[in-house]
Amino acid sequence: MMAALAIAIPLAAAGLVLLAHRWPNLREFLSLAAGALLFLVVAAIASTGDGTAIVLGEPVAGLALKLVVEPLGVVFALLASGLWVVTTVYAIGYMRAHHEVHQTRFYAFFAVAIASAIGVAFAGNLITLFLFYEALTLSTFPLVTHAGTSRARQAGRTYLGILLGTSIGLQLIAIVLTWSFAGTLDFVPGGILEGRVSDALAGLLLVLYVFGIGKAALMPFHRWLPAAMVAPTPVSALLHAVAVVKAGVFTILKVSWFVFGFDLLRDLAILDVLQWAAAFTILAASLVAMTRDNLKARLAYSTVSQLAYIVLAALLAGQAGFLAGGLHIVTHAFGKITLFFCAGAILVAAHKQAVSELDGIGRAMPVTMAAFTLASLSIIGLPPFGGLWSKWLLFEGSLAAGQTLLVLVLGLSTLLNIGYLLPIPVRAFLRPPPGQGAGGLREAPPTCLAAIAFTSLGCLVLFFFPDVVTVWLEQVFLLPEVPG
Amino acid sequence: MTLVDQLPALQVAVPLIGAPLCALLGRPRLAWPFAVAVAWITFAIAIALLARVLAGGPIHYTMGGWPPVLGIEYVIDPLNALVLVLVSGMAAVIMPAVRLGIDVEVVHRARHLFLTVALLALAGMLGIAITGDVFNLYVFLEISSLASYALVAMGVDRRATRAAFNYLILGTIGATFILIGVGLAYMMTGTLNMGDMATRLAGAADTAPVQAALAFILVGAGIKFAIFPAHAWMPNAYTYAPSLVSAFFGATATKIGAYILIRFVYSVFGADFSFDVMKIDWVLVPLGLAGAVFGSIVAVWQDDLRRMLAYSSVAQVGYIAAAIGYGNHDGLVAAIIHVFNHGLMKGALFLVMACVIFRLGKADMASFRGLGRRMPVTMGCFVAAGLSMIGVPATVGFISKWYLVTGAIEAGLWPVAVVIVASSLIAVIYIWRVVEAAYFTEPPPGGDAVAEAPATLLAPTVVLTALCIVFGLATGLTVGVAGEAAGVLGVAP
Repeated sequence: MMAALAIAIPLAAAGLVLLAHRWPNLREFLSLAAGALLFLVVAAIASTGDGTAIVLGEPVAGLALKLVVEPLGVVFALLASGLWVVTTVYAIGYMRAHHEVHQTRFYAFFAVAIASAIGVAFAGNLITLFLFYEALTLSTFPLVTHAGTSRARQAGRTYLGILLGTSIGLQLIAIVLTWSFAGTLDFVPGGILEGRVSDALAGLLLVLYVFGIGKAALMPFHRWLPAAMVAPTPVSALLHAVAVVKAGVFTILKVSWFVFGFDLLRDLAILDVLQWAAAFTILAASLVAMTRDNLKARLAYSTVSQLAYIVLAALLAGQAGFLAGGLHIVTHAFGKITLFFCAGAILVAAHKQAVSELDGIGRAMPVTMAAFTLASLSIIGLPPFGGLWSKWLLFEGSLAAGQTLLVLVLGLSTLLNIGYLLPIPVRAFLRPPPGQGAGGLREAPPTCLAAIAFTSLGCLVLFFFPDVVTVWLEQVFLLPEVPG
Repeated sequence: MTLVDQLPALQVAVPLIGAPLCALLGRPRLAWPFAVAVAWITFAIAIALLARVLAGGPIHYTMGGWPPVLGIEYVIDPLNALVLVLVSGMAAVIMPAVRLGIDVEVVHRARHLFLTVALLALAGMLGIAITGDVFNLYVFLEISSLASYALVAMGVDRRATRAAFNYLILGTIGATFILIGVGLAYMMTGTLNMGDMATRLAGAADTAPVQAALAFILVGAGIKFAIFPAHAWMPNAYTYAPSLVSAFFGATATKIGAYILIRFVYSVFGADFSFDVMKIDWVLVPLGLAGAVFGSIVAVWQDDLRRMLAYSSVAQVGYIAAAIGYGNHDGLVAAIIHVFNHGLMKGALFLVMACVIFRLGKADMASFRGLGRRMPVTMGCFVAAGLSMIGVPATVGFISKWYLVTGAIEAGLWPVAVVIVASSLIAVIYIWRVVEAAYFTEPPPGGDAVAEAPATLLAPTVVLTALCIVFGLATGLTVGVAGEAAGVLGVAP
């Protein structure tokens, strides 16, 4: 019941937000309260660890819409709900300081998007996951086109075109094929396809899943993510660095273990090709990121690259890889949301969007830029930040899978990370401000700073306590083979 | 005999007698409530029949007590019971909106006859669905067709007359083909009763007249069904007819064509003869797919949204034709489900057009600019029904797509599955053009004054849209009945 409640809370919040459109303070309080309540409920779900299925309905005979709680989903749900609270705090300052229009619509669809993300996390089979996956696409569309300009509309088309195109055109076909051959769409530890499909068909299915889960932004289906950057910054921060994109890689991780199973994956000839496709995305997106002067665009391409880490982790087809992927979902989330918060803070306080305009801004906005530096270091994977551990595990997983070359790719990409992220704080702190200096510039509103401080500290905490996540994730492999 | 036993006769008789009474009542103020009552009583009868069929198996009803073969027999099994519910339900939901609709969209001199003709069309369609006699089917086909031509011709747009004339020419060709086919089959069997004919045809399967009979009926039903490339009557008819007529026909007219096809193929000629000897799948699957792709692509380029929806129907008809052509249980179930589901979605979308036309007088892309704020409920319905058209989960469209695609895979027709998915992706484009215009463009000058359509128009729209979601989650009725229907037609899973 709790999992259904977790989806109902943000949905109810969306309705209440719409009703409270005349009273901005009440509206934002409702969002915050729902976020806190949701986090508590998800935490309660985590502590009870009740894995029984909740059936929501059975639209197709033998194919129920159902929710099942499992450890990976709990991690994702905790992450999404926890950061929703933080992002709401941030958004209150940001949206008001930036005088955004249609704020009620913004908060309402934001809540619906969170409900969809929680639905993805607790989906008990592929069809339920697909339902919430599509709901997540559709509910974030109005957030992407929030500004209503022709540029936003164009971006919205790209966003919807790629996400719906891949999900209906590839993923749905994969799901239908899975249903036809496996006779079930349930998530079963160790997979449902083994022994039921030929290796050739399994290879085709894997390709359809990996590219069809467009939210994982594997090239060439990554264009929607940079396009989505026209959205207000809180959207980019929570949805396009955490909820939406992580829903994608979460789905890939889930499919790798609960649909294919590592034994089957390792037998597939196509696996190498896909690993290299992910490696290509890691490097290519990093290179593109270096050429982007718009700060949010650079961060978006960085996200594309980082997501490919997780896709690669899933495709390593081993426990180490799975743990690396799961942990990277969390560490990257804290790092990247901080970076986006900082980008938004710079936009609100200094009205600057280009990296080349940031010379000397660290003097006026020391807190923001310090947090930016910490988060950058975490993304790069340096101690003492959480990003180190997920990269570490990924190295381990690659070696365990016998992919020495991939280790080189990971090393190279770390250098590229440094190349596109560190110049930003370097400019901000070490270069002199242009013209008359930073006179009149101040830090962003206090609620923005509070959010930034929280998430950047999170990067630090994850360095000391990565176990919190990994111990949870390891339980995935302790699940009984046949769910009760 | 109690009244309940007479339900099959009443199913057709109520609207058929209601039609002339409507004409006698004359003024809309009196005739309209009467017609609404007739439509709802007809709907209630259809539901009662469906319930009885599901509880007690097929109903055989002899007209006037004459035994079958001599007299006309009505046979109701799950397949036509579902079609009866769809057709009469659509009439019942749309009829309340007619009062306001005819003031705007029906030429002045024909208004007093609109309800009469509409009830005749309804009676004709119900008759086609309920009868177990092939010649009787032809008679009802002519009743419904003639009434349909008249309804289309009543549109205020002067082009409606031409559209109706084209419809009449093609429709008559279709009906004539069916009549020729029926005649050939009668020649070989000496009976007009479907069940009797089926038994006798089994022994004459290798004769040329029987084979020609199926070919004629396939073409004739194909025209009524608007299978590509015999769809030419549909776009103009749906664009220029009064939009409530388009809503009713969009939801039912082609579905009756699909019903005729399924009935003749499975109940009269038999699946073995149709598929193994006649290879109708070689016609239905390629043409269905061609229609699915052609209709979707052409829909993208339309400026008038009613024409866009009509071409979308060409595509949807293509799905149904292809699914019938799979020749297996899943395909037949998918076809029956989509007949029902597509009726709901297309009805809802055309009612949105009716609401918009009521306020703005036209339904081109320009008039949808900025409508999301001016007519939020109407456009909300468009988005929901449009998502169903695309096939997003939790809508009826998804259920249809699911069975269409799994059926194709079961039949080993992988390319078909791919084409169906590709065609629904094109639906994203044509639906989203409208969504963008409605929500992300500024209304034209003076557009602020536009408000929601009155409740009698809006309520049916909301009801059908809601049903698109209800039957997308609770599929007991559609999937269950379709499965039973396939079983009764002798197609085991």
